[in-house]
Amino acid sequence: MAATAAKKQPPKRESASEAAKSTSSAQPEAHGAADAAVTFSKEEELHAHREMLLIRRFEEKAGQLYGMGLIGGFCHLYIGQEAVVIGMQMALTPGDQVITGYRDHGHMLACEMDPKGVMAELTGRRSGYSKGKGGSMHMFSVEKHFYGGHGIVGAQVSLGTGLAFANKYRKNGKVTLAYFGDGATNQGQVYESFNMAKLWKLPIVYVIENNKYGMGTSVERASSTTNLSHRGASFDIPGEQVDGMDVRAVKAAGERAVRHAREGNGPYILEMITYRYRGHSMSDPAKYRSKEEVQKMRETHDPIEQIRKRLIEEGHASEDDLKAVDKEVRDIVNAAAEFASSDPEPDPSELWTDVLR
Amino acid sequence: MPIEVLMPALSPTMEAGKLAKWLKKEGDAVKSGDVIAEIETDKATMEVESVDEGTLGKILIEEGAEDVRVNTPIALILGEGEDAGALSDGAAQAGAKQQKTDAEPPADEPTSGGEAAAKSAVEGAAKDEAGGKQSPQEAKATGSAAAAPPQPEALPEPDVPEGTEMVSLTVREALRDAMAEEMRADERVFLMGEEVAEYQGAYKVSQGLLDEFGPERVIDTPITEHGFAGVGVGAALAGLKPIVEFMTFNFAMQAMDQIINSAAKTNYMSGGQMSCSIVFRGPNGAAARVAAQHSQDYSAWYSSVPGLIVVAPYTAADFKGLLKAAIRDENPVVFLENEILYGQSSPVPKLDDYVVPIGKAKIARPGKDVTIVAWSIGMTYALKAAEELAKEGIEAEVIDLRTLRPMDTDTIIASVKKTGRCVTVEEGWAQSGVGAEIAARIMERAFDWLDAPVTRVSGKDVPMPYAANLEKLALPSVAEVVEAAKAVCYRS
Repeated sequence: MAATAAKKQPPKRESASEAAKSTSSAQPEAHGAADAAVTFSKEEELHAHREMLLIRRFEEKAGQLYGMGLIGGFCHLYIGQEAVVIGMQMALTPGDQVITGYRDHGHMLACEMDPKGVMAELTGRRSGYSKGKGGSMHMFSVEKHFYGGHGIVGAQVSLGTGLAFANKYRKNGKVTLAYFGDGATNQGQVYESFNMAKLWKLPIVYVIENNKYGMGTSVERASSTTNLSHRGASFDIPGEQVDGMDVRAVKAAGERAVRHAREGNGPYILEMITYRYRGHSMSDPAKYRSKEEVQKMRETHDPIEQIRKRLIEEGHASEDDLKAVDKEVRDIVNAAAEFASSDPEPDPSELWTDVLR
Repeated sequence: MPIEVLMPALSPTMEAGKLAKWLKKEGDAVKSGDVIAEIETDKATMEVESVDEGTLGKILIEEGAEDVRVNTPIALILGEGEDAGALSDGAAQAGAKQQKTDAEPPADEPTSGGEAAAKSAVEGAAKDEAGGKQSPQEAKATGSAAAAPPQPEALPEPDVPEGTEMVSLTVREALRDAMAEEMRADERVFLMGEEVAEYQGAYKVSQGLLDEFGPERVIDTPITEHGFAGVGVGAALAGLKPIVEFMTFNFAMQAMDQIINSAAKTNYMSGGQMSCSIVFRGPNGAAARVAAQHSQDYSAWYSSVPGLIVVAPYTAADFKGLLKAAIRDENPVVFLENEILYGQSSPVPKLDDYVVPIGKAKIARPGKDVTIVAWSIGMTYALKAAEELAKEGIEAEVIDLRTLRPMDTDTIIASVKKTGRCVTVEEGWAQSGVGAEIAARIMERAFDWLDAPVTRVSGKDVPMPYAANLEKLALPSVAEVVEAAKAVCYRS
């Protein structure tokens, strides 16, 4: 199935299409078909474009503030991977939960958390989502069903499985998305969680964001098998590889996976083939890959550029319309940056609060 | 010579059991492997196999006898060619001390994951008839914590109403009752862990809970500590109140990342937005004869972590009242139990809702000459030492810390200001131990009241050895506590 899909669908990226072929025989439950034919309505295209652009501009600004010394510590930017989180978010029902690792700014914005609060947390200010005590990697919003923001590679997979456990315990019909990178797929607790999720039929979708490098080590150099959608095979968890640079494909796969989980069939794995343009963190010179590789991805597979082209070609928006969107988004981001630069640091008394409840 | 069949030890910590049933009667032929009797402990029922061939000559302990001590002769087997006339000789030997029986790993042995009816072979042919050697169990019983627990003189809590009926419960039952009561009161509370449901608990702490609450709330997990601790924390972040049982805290080292990095820190890192109400509980510290990887005290480890509450009770009443408090608490609680204490009974107030506040130490025995601070099984040494000291005219004040974090420093300081002397007792190592912390706090807050340096009695600075004599040496002893107390009183 997947092989025919790959034929029908003009290969967007070599690695994605090759991997899709290798998937076909081993994963009878993997779908992946029909995704080529998935189209978005005008509203969906405009929505996805704006949301992805917000993340892009936000992250560019965060990089800038980091360079100015306003953001400290680790800062992992999501630039290049925007289609994954936006497509998945479009597949969710309000109330579904999201949990991820430390490359988390995009997920928070996708969950409609306030860019000001996120940026103020990045600068360590009192109006940040964690009052300045969490920073880039540790932010949460119970109200927006975003459960972090976790700094330990793979920890969020067990935690997300626990969120799904709570959903099943309460029979509330909610589904959890647990995002993790290709690097985390080699962590032991991931498989402990896979086992329990399948054993107990927990409503969870594991979203692997395969951006090809765990920090500076490519998937090929870190993983004995590189089709990560197969990683649930020994637990009989269905999985599929998805073109994570195409928001439409992401949403379509997300809907299948979320439905599978919500209907009581247990976990589902989606491997999003994606790419990060920036280094692992701000301090990463990214010498493990060539500038040409990055440039090629940007020019030929950029998720925002793809949708931009379609909007123009299909007459859904004019250049001026898109410029207006860009301006609106930039205004939001600039306001967030300004807020995050001027908001006071936490009161020293905050040092002692929130240790216990 | 008839061969003696001895009461077997079915687990490392078993001291006595009930001879539930004889499956052979006097005069029956027995051969190696025949099940001759059934033994019941508070944890399980086991079969006793004969390892010798012959005729069951005489039953020394009748069916139904309770509290039969390990290594007591329970029957005599006549070898080939022997007749009943030989029995009188054998009976004469019956009281002699014998070498330890050669028990198979018991069902509750944490690494075995074995069956409930694990077989136990009895070494009937004890060769050491001189009776000079002490069995490991007896060695333990005379020297240290394993014997019947000394009880605090004071009532468990001052605010227990006058005239409240006290019932004797084992620590095991007290823990079970606490969980059952809280699960009845709050649907968010559930129990997960290895063997907690169908097996009824590796140490039978969760006995009966599956029947009452069903498999959705009493959940057997795979043997994956890191994973299921994370699942528990995730469920707590979502607002449930999990009780995560570790078969022992030795195995919780696999899960320490989730306990510390996820459970303890998330409230702080979320600016107070994301609570994590969860209890991690299970036996901590040395059991008996299970060696270094299964005998470690984590009191100091967890109690150094802000964001955790660490509780380590001693009496059944405190186990019950503090576990109920721990389950209700909005914070992550590490609840350290002790395998040797599980079977020990003490009075528990018969109240509908007996809760002991977290963070309050208790004066277990008042005194004026020296303060002894202990918790969990360390209290056994402390209370026995206080009895010994009293005989020599030294009145020790024994403080049962009960909660290690937050530590009730005020109670310690008040006592030290009265006595001017302090000895701490713990099974864990001295370096960076809880005793070291207590000493530092006393120095900071009561330096001018001290008449002698604070002295620590602790586990020796070695991994726990297996050999019975070495294990005994590695653990603190009553004698060491007595000696330390006398030293700080300048009495020798």
